[in-house]
This record gives sequence, C-alpha cells and structure tokens, in this order.
Amino acid sequence: MYSDEHKQFLKKIRRTHIFVFLTQLLIIIAFLGIWQLLAHFEVINTFISSSPKAILDTIVGLYLDNNLWNHIGITVYETIISFLLGTFIGTVIASILWWFPFLAKVLDPYLTILNSLPKVALGPIIIIWAGAGMNSIILMALLISVIITIINVYQGFIETDPNKIKLMKAFRATKWQIFSKLILPSTKPTIINALKINVSMSLIGVIMGEFLVSKEGIGYLIMYGSQVFNLDLVMAGVIILCIVATIMYYCVSWIEKRLIKNI
Amino acid sequence: MQNKKNILSIRNLKKTYHTKRGETKAVDTFSFNLLDGEFVALVGPSGCGKSTILSILCGLEEKSGGTVSFEEDITYGYMLQQDSLFEWKTILENCLLGLEITGSLNDETKQYVIDLLNTYGLGDFIDSYPSNLSGGMRQRVALIRTLATKPDILLLDEPFSALDYQTRLAVSDDVFRILKKEHKSAIMVTHDLSEAISMADRVIVLSQRPCTIKNIYEIQMTGKSNPIENRKCKEFASYYDRIWKDLDLHV
Repeated sequence: MYSDEHKQFLKKIRRTHIFVFLTQLLIIIAFLGIWQLLAHFEVINTFISSSPKAILDTIVGLYLDNNLWNHIGITVYETIISFLLGTFIGTVIASILWWFPFLAKVLDPYLTILNSLPKVALGPIIIIWAGAGMNSIILMALLISVIITIINVYQGFIETDPNKIKLMKAFRATKWQIFSKLILPSTKPTIINALKINVSMSLIGVIMGEFLVSKEGIGYLIMYGSQVFNLDLVMAGVIILCIVATIMYYCVSWIEKRLIKNI
Repeated sequence: MQNKKNILSIRNLKKTYHTKRGETKAVDTFSFNLLDGEFVALVGPSGCGKSTILSILCGLEEKSGGTVSFEEDITYGYMLQQDSLFEWKTILENCLLGLEITGSLNDETKQYVIDLLNTYGLGDFIDSYPSNLSGGMRQRVALIRTLATKPDILLLDEPFSALDYQTRLAVSDDVFRILKKEHKSAIMVTHDLSEAISMADRVIVLSQRPCTIKNIYEIQMTGKSNPIENRKCKEFASYYDRIWKDLDLHV
C-alpha cells in the first residue's frame, strides 16, 4: 500500500487535472453563453456575427435535409485519400532520394522551392489540368502533404545513427538490407509523425480545394454561406470543421500510439 | 604462446584519408601477427588511427597500402563503443541480426544464440526490449550479437568506454571470460591502459598520427587470471608505468 504522503501526492495531481478540465469547460460555456446573450439582446448584429442558437439550428437543419453527413463524408473522404496517398508517395520518393544521393543533391533546391511555394497559388493550374471536381481537390491536398512528407521522411532517413549503419556494414549487409532492416524501421516514428502532420495538411488542402471548386463538402458550405451572406451557415461550417479536424487528429494519435508501442 | 599458429598477419599497412583540405596519413607501416586464441590490445594517443586499423580489417574501409593475410575462411566480429541495439527489436531479435543478414538463420544457429543468452545471464530478457536493460547488460547483448555469427577474430573498438567505471570493470571481466570460454582471438582498441594491461596477452603501443608501432609488451604476470584480479598483480604497476612513458603525452 501507498503511504499517506503518496496518497496526498496522487490526490493533488488528480485535483489539478479536474481543475484544468473544469476551467476549460467554463471558458467554452461562458464564451457561448455571452455570445448568445449579446445576440439575444441585440447588442451585436446577428446578421454578421450569427449566434450559437442559430448555428445549432442550421446544423440541425442540414441534418434533417440529409445533407450534413454527406458534406462531412465528402470532406473526410477527400482528406483521408490525400493524406494516405501523400504519406505513401512521399515515403517512396524519400526512399528513392536516400538510395540515390546524387539525385537528392540535384533535387534539393527544387524541393526547397516547392516547399516554400504556397500551394494555393497552383490552384487555378490544377483546376485547368485536373478538371473542376474531386480530382482537383485531392491533387491540391496531395501536393501540400507530399512535399512536406518527402522532406521530413528523407531527413529521418539520413539522420539514422551512423554507428548502426557501421554495424550493418560490418555484417556485410547489402544496401537493400540496410534500408529494409535499419533505415525504414528506425524512421518509423518520423513516418508516423508525418501521418499526423499530413492529416492537418491534407485538411487544409481539401478545404482550399473546396473553396475553389466543389458542390459538396464542408469547404463548400462555408464558401456558399459567405456568397449568399448566410453567416449562420458559415459559422456552422467552421464549427463542424473544428469537430471533424479534432476527431481526425485523435484518430491518428490513437493509431500512432498503437504503432509505436515499443519505441 | 610460441607454439600457437598465426591466424592473421598484417604487413606494412598504410591508410591515408582524403578530404577537401588535403590528405592525412592515419596509419603508416603497421605490421603485426595475431596468434590463435590471443587477446591483443592496441593503445595509443586519441585520434592516432587505432580504430582505422579495425575498420580496415573488417572491410569498412579500404587500405591504402600493405598486405593483410589470414587463413582461409577467417571471419570477423566487430563490436563498437555504442551497443547500437535496435530499439524496435527484442533482445533475441537483436542478437539474431547478423545471422539474418548473412542468411544463416536456422533452428540450430538460433538455439546457439539462445544458449549464449542463457549462459551469460540474459535468459530472462530474451523477449525484452533494449530500453529495459542497463548499459552493462546492453553491452553484453552487443557481444552476444557479435558472437552469434561465430567469428574467429573479434575486433573490439573501445567496447567499454560508454559505461560508467564500476559497470565497466564488471563488464570487461564478463567479456574476458566469455571470449576465453569461447576460445576467440581478439584485437581490442582502447585508451584505458589498465583495461589493456589487465585483459590482454599482448599490448601494442602506437605512436601519434600517422600511427606506427612504438612498442610491444608481452603481459606476463604472476597468478594471471581474470581482469579484476590481474589489476592486483605486482607487475601491473610497472607495465602501467612503462606504457605511460611510451605514450609520451604532453597535455
């Protein structure tokens, strides 16, 4: 059994946790409450600021029209496709760069340029090339996640402990063995971390894409809402996006925990 | 000692490193023979090129000149200062790495490794991960990983320098016992004179860069046994003194 002092210590930790959570809860309730009150007593103009109740009604309305899940589904689908593709293609390209150091040296400045370029600037070109539809949206999101994945994963590859490489070479390992038995497994945490970054990167790309072209999705809701000056719809879109982004982030965190148990 | 056969002879080994700034001679006219079952220690000032010799022997680096001749089918095992255990593999999987790479992993060789782990007190940790082991235990795992491929000659590159002093004494004692029991020849690079004198049959003192042989000592001590006991022998201090003078360090 624990000593009294230790019990006190545990109690204190638990109390801090509860206190932090309650404060967080209080902030959101106060924020929504004050917003609703100000809107109710017409201190603020609900035409441009909307109100929590109007947002909720809009979301319920979308749900009743059977559109809510459709919009969320489209956005989530596009995001998942582009972040899986982005991670996969990025890792493959990073592997090729590791395998051919000459290529890596040659491509280095081009990667830097592509990485610093705001990908949204390529939007119009992408639409012309890939058509005004889901392909463009996925391509846009892919472009954002793939470059950052190449750079991060390649960095992970070349930062592999040189002593471990020496060890592999002392066992006369082939280049493929060094890659498959050492480089790839030791970079696993970096790759999984890339997944996490890519979820948010892909979501940014998808929403940007939906702003430019689309007739469905959360980005479309926000864009459409702003065009018809329906702030309730815009705010509802943003709130839904917050929830979707948070859930996706936690899903990937959960996958991350399962995959890197032993590291 | 004299009736044992030669298993490795090095003649006039040379190594030059090339960088943008120019070339550096690391090893120059280095010659010596290793006898079967012998433990040789190389000591020398830091950065003198001791490790280069081991790297050349196990094929990590190309030599610039000289000859290295050995009996056919001689294999090397290389052990480094860092244990370099793979964190994502269990202790057993780590020890099987060499066998996996050389394609000689089968039930028999696997059992040999398991037996080694059991013999040297790591049996309970076969399925553990390296992060659960102490530094000393990790270094013993690294030795077993090296022994798994049954090398004839072990090349030890400052194998204990990453350990704290007490662990270092204990682990060097363990490693010494293991090597003697498995009848292995070994070349160890170290900068720790007491470690060299207490473990080796011969100590070779190297000069400053470019590294050449300055002196060779046959270590003969009354009541020579394991490294920790050897440190108590009466000849120990005089060897230490002579080698220290040979090193001629002006710090």
